[in-house]
Amino acid sequence: MIQPASPDLITVNVDGKEIAVPKGTNMIEAARRVGVDVPHYCYHSKLSIVGNCRMCLVEMGMPAVDPASKAPVIDPATGKQRVNWSPRPTIACATNASPGLHICTTSPMVKECREGVMEFLLINHPLDCPICDQAGECKLQEQSTGYGRGYSRFIEQKNVKPKRTLLGPRVMLDDERCILCSRCIRFSKEVAKDDVLGFVDRGSYSTLTCYPGKKLENNYSLNTVDICPVGALTSTDFRFKMRVWFLKQTNSIDTETSVGVNTVVWSREGVVYRITPRENGSVNDTWMPDSGRTLYKQIREGGRLEAARVSGSVADLESAVKAAAALISGAKVAVVGSGRSSVEEQFLTRKLAARAGAEAYLVSRVGQGDNLLVSTDKNPNVRGALVTGLISELPKPSLGALGERIDSGSVTTVVSVGEDLLAAGLSASQLAKVSIVYLGTHDNATSGLAKVVIPTLTVFEKHGTFVNQQFRIQRFAKAVPGPSGSSDDLVVLSKLLSAAGGEALGADVGSLWPSIASEVPALSTMAYSNIPDTGLLLDSSPWSTLAFAEEATLHFKPAAAAPKEAPRG
Amino acid sequence: MNLQAETLRKIDEVIPHYPVKRSAALPLLHLVQEDQGFISNEAIEWIADRLEIQPINVYELVTFYPMFRQKPIGRRHIKVCRTLSCAIMGGYRTCAEFQKQFGTGLGEVSPDGEVTVEFVECLASCGTAPVVMIDDHLHEKVDAARARELSDKIKGEAKTANR
Amino acid sequence: MPAPEQFRLIFKHIDEPGYTNDLACYVRNGGYEVLKKSVARKPEELVDEVKKSGLRGRGGAGFPCGVKWTLLDRKSGKPIYLVVNADESEPGTFKDRYIIHNDPHQLIEGIMITCFANKVERAYIYIRGEFPEGARILEKAIAEARAANFCGPNILGTGYGCEIYVHRGAGAYICGEETGLIESIEGKRPYPRIKPPYFPAVLGLYQCPTIVNNVETLCHVKHIADRGGEAYSKIGTPNNTGTRILCVSGHVQRPGYYEFEVGKITMGQLLFEVCGGPLPGRTFKAVIPGGSSAKVLKFGERYKGKRKSGAEMVEYDWGLEDIPMDFDSLAMIGSMGGSGGVIVMDDSVSMVEALANINAFYSHESCGQCTPCREGSLWMKKITSRMVHGEARTEDGALLKSVADQIAGRTICAFGEACAWPTQSFIAKFGDEFKAYPEAKKAPRAAAAPELV
Repeated sequence: MIQPASPDLITVNVDGKEIAVPKGTNMIEAARRVGVDVPHYCYHSKLSIVGNCRMCLVEMGMPAVDPASKAPVIDPATGKQRVNWSPRPTIACATNASPGLHICTTSPMVKECREGVMEFLLINHPLDCPICDQAGECKLQEQSTGYGRGYSRFIEQKNVKPKRTLLGPRVMLDDERCILCSRCIRFSKEVAKDDVLGFVDRGSYSTLTCYPGKKLENNYSLNTVDICPVGALTSTDFRFKMRVWFLKQTNSIDTETSVGVNTVVWSREGVVYRITPRENGSVNDTWMPDSGRTLYKQIREGGRLEAARVSGSVADLESAVKAAAALISGAKVAVVGSGRSSVEEQFLTRKLAARAGAEAYLVSRVGQGDNLLVSTDKNPNVRGALVTGLISELPKPSLGALGERIDSGSVTTVVSVGEDLLAAGLSASQLAKVSIVYLGTHDNATSGLAKVVIPTLTVFEKHGTFVNQQFRIQRFAKAVPGPSGSSDDLVVLSKLLSAAGGEALGADVGSLWPSIASEVPALSTMAYSNIPDTGLLLDSSPWSTLAFAEEATLHFKPAAAAPKEAPRG
Repeated sequence: MNLQAETLRKIDEVIPHYPVKRSAALPLLHLVQEDQGFISNEAIEWIADRLEIQPINVYELVTFYPMFRQKPIGRRHIKVCRTLSCAIMGGYRTCAEFQKQFGTGLGEVSPDGEVTVEFVECLASCGTAPVVMIDDHLHEKVDAARARELSDKIKGEAKTANR
Repeated sequence: MPAPEQFRLIFKHIDEPGYTNDLACYVRNGGYEVLKKSVARKPEELVDEVKKSGLRGRGGAGFPCGVKWTLLDRKSGKPIYLVVNADESEPGTFKDRYIIHNDPHQLIEGIMITCFANKVERAYIYIRGEFPEGARILEKAIAEARAANFCGPNILGTGYGCEIYVHRGAGAYICGEETGLIESIEGKRPYPRIKPPYFPAVLGLYQCPTIVNNVETLCHVKHIADRGGEAYSKIGTPNNTGTRILCVSGHVQRPGYYEFEVGKITMGQLLFEVCGGPLPGRTFKAVIPGGSSAKVLKFGERYKGKRKSGAEMVEYDWGLEDIPMDFDSLAMIGSMGGSGGVIVMDDSVSMVEALANINAFYSHESCGQCTPCREGSLWMKKITSRMVHGEARTEDGALLKSVADQIAGRTICAFGEACAWPTQSFIAKFGDEFKAYPEAKKAPRAAAAPELV
């Protein structure tokens, strides 16, 4: 892994605990490092700092020095340097650590400040937690347990503001719940570069809104829902579907493009309810595109393959594998692997291709990127195919070469790992000339033509790794079980491999990884369980000469000397 | 947007006063309101376009500053100071008198379309309280009697104007 | 002791028969001579004169002007801006109005000297929207001054140039806060900035070093450049130098503006002698000494403690009438000189209703950016309005104080204090009146009692 240059460290004191932090760290982050939580609403580590919520007020002190001699002033009682505490509280978000800085988060003054802010935030809040989607992950709710009064001193009329405003196709606004922290406005301006949100009116009547006729509809709009600390912004997709405390969280990866956005999949009893971004400061910060959030819908989409088929008839897995092996053995085989398969699957695909003496192909998917978190390569794992040796050069725009080989009769069986060969450019007449073994999740033209069809799993139903555009290997985990009748891709591939006379390899990531580590040079020192949640950067130098398709994205600069820097926004 | 040539000339003149175009938002809002009587959505979009910012950036200002209005007002704008020094010297009576004279509520256009009476915050002429601004002109020591006089004057001018 | 004579420095020509606001009249009265003298000097010398003068800002905070200029980041390589705060908005204050309307060239001369001293090449006068006539007068005055080569390019042949532009506000008290004002010029909602890091002297207008000075303050600069800092500092009292315009409004016989040497006149002299005392048949009840955000003072109360007199500490035991009208004395007795706006209330005024009026102002003017001020100011307004127009409770006073205590010291800008101090002080001084209000309001309303909210 490549280490960042070591920044200058300075020592600060948080509630009596000393800690070394990099220069420029603010008080909230410094406190976080010693496990001290400084409550806040408006502060967000990836947005500009405005200091408007005032929840993070703390006491600040600096070591006393004699103004004339600059010598430390020693407290005779303790023998230590005296600390001059500021008489006024300070916002922790906008105050950076300086050498010797003292922070106190536990004093009566700090407690009073927090209680005061909490009370103010709640007087005009509807307190409608029982019908609010944010309940369970609401910062207001959370902090009110620590700093709320438990009763209200407010007997006046609450302000009335618009309810149920559709800001855009995916985001709903309840202005009465809004605490005016401006996170959503700052996100739209600073990250999404789509300046459509703003406050109108003033004082306590300030109201979040879109300009009349404009919509919050950019592909990052749902991030405003994620960062909204209260229930003001909610997702039209997730609204009223499920209480968050019932949901299980599983770490995953957005498979839309090669960016490899880190995600969390939220599920209950085998059903996925939503996908949200997971912080990775080297990949996606705390953001993700809206387009990646609905991918879970493929799980329950129509056309899901429900049973293995051999020549059109339903078969069990063993007979399907046997039938497939029969089509492979002794035949002139080609394997169409996938940039959507995991590293582990690609490793087994390579093994299978080698066993069958087959050439391996990969389907290229290049499209429009947005220079933020959607890259031009719509395959999440082309680099995995390179790393595992499934392919040695970048996939061609079409499968034309394979088509020619089929036409010339030098290929008679094609194994497709999840790829629709017709969509990938082969013609129906070409496909009619070969026997097809299709492994995949959904029915498509290729599965319809295949001799053997074996249902496999979506990314949400299995474990594995992808290698993103930075050559960062990142894990995803199984959130929900696959439908009955389908099998883990690794199980299918390893059965196929041994049925085709190949070696018997592990059929799950745990047992497979020792083989991967021993055979794949780039992964030689690694174990699956040791890959951190935020991934591990691999040495990309063996592939430095390849002309990858991607343009710059949030944390990715193309290696080429002259990057195509498309303006965004 | 159908702005007068003079307004357009002033707009062209004021923008270069600033190194950043957005700074001209307030001056442009004033000029456009003086020209049009109020700030329409069309005006907001026109100004945003002129200053190369988003309409929301202008909308945020129009709704923040009380002097900008999004609806037309009466022919004359009567602004009575509501703040302490004027209030203790009878500002509320003054305001009530104007409302009575024109049979109108606060912030509304009077039935005859002549005036809009409003309470505003401190006009910074507390030594001559209560004070009233009628359009751009400040009137000092406006007690109820003086409010009646001023109202009569406005009504008289209206008759002349309508003849 | 009889009140001293007025010392008219800034207001020398205000009210002078025949004195007009055009350039010719100003020049006839010696105008721009100080600018001519000043541009022949080194800018640093002028900064020194202002430091020596002890001039304190006349906008409200009383911050030493020379220190403000010294804090300016002169090494950034970025342009330095002067922003003239002509957003005179603190209720009870109306001094800048007269400077702008009646003697605009005095301000322009002060601006030009300040710009020259600080190497500023562009100044903006931020004038409140409610002064449309004032804005036109300033624009005309700038054009005249420019034509006469007192501003614009190559001033008086020195090679130094500076442009002045007028920027109109549009009805927002918060624009009087210097960083809110800067945001307003930048074309944004005037949300005050967090400090640190956005100190105007370093990261001000367009993130460049910026001086923000009040209109009256800049006029004083002219007189400092004229007389020299040392000589100017002899006017007034130590640490409270120069003259001060006091704006008196409310229940006195002769409200208006009066200019005195700072600290040379007491509250009693001002109100009873200069302003002629209370209206017939009435008695003074309360006075707010420095604009409506200053803490209210109650007639009849006494202030005791120790104060510095020369090198030694002396005891003082003052009635309200004895308080010298200077920054330090007013701060010492728990209020402030602020902007010089003195609001007098007599016994016809209900303190509950007066506070309701003030709270309505501050809740209307809170920008809404930060929580305590945004929510607290409106809450206080709702409480006091309810007390007047709805059901008043004996415990409302205590609640009001508690709300105010949760605002002051915890906000982005000084508006937090400005909106909390009235409530805190009204409850502290007139708490009994608040407690008695629920009963008192049952009685028929006195004819003299003004409606306030």
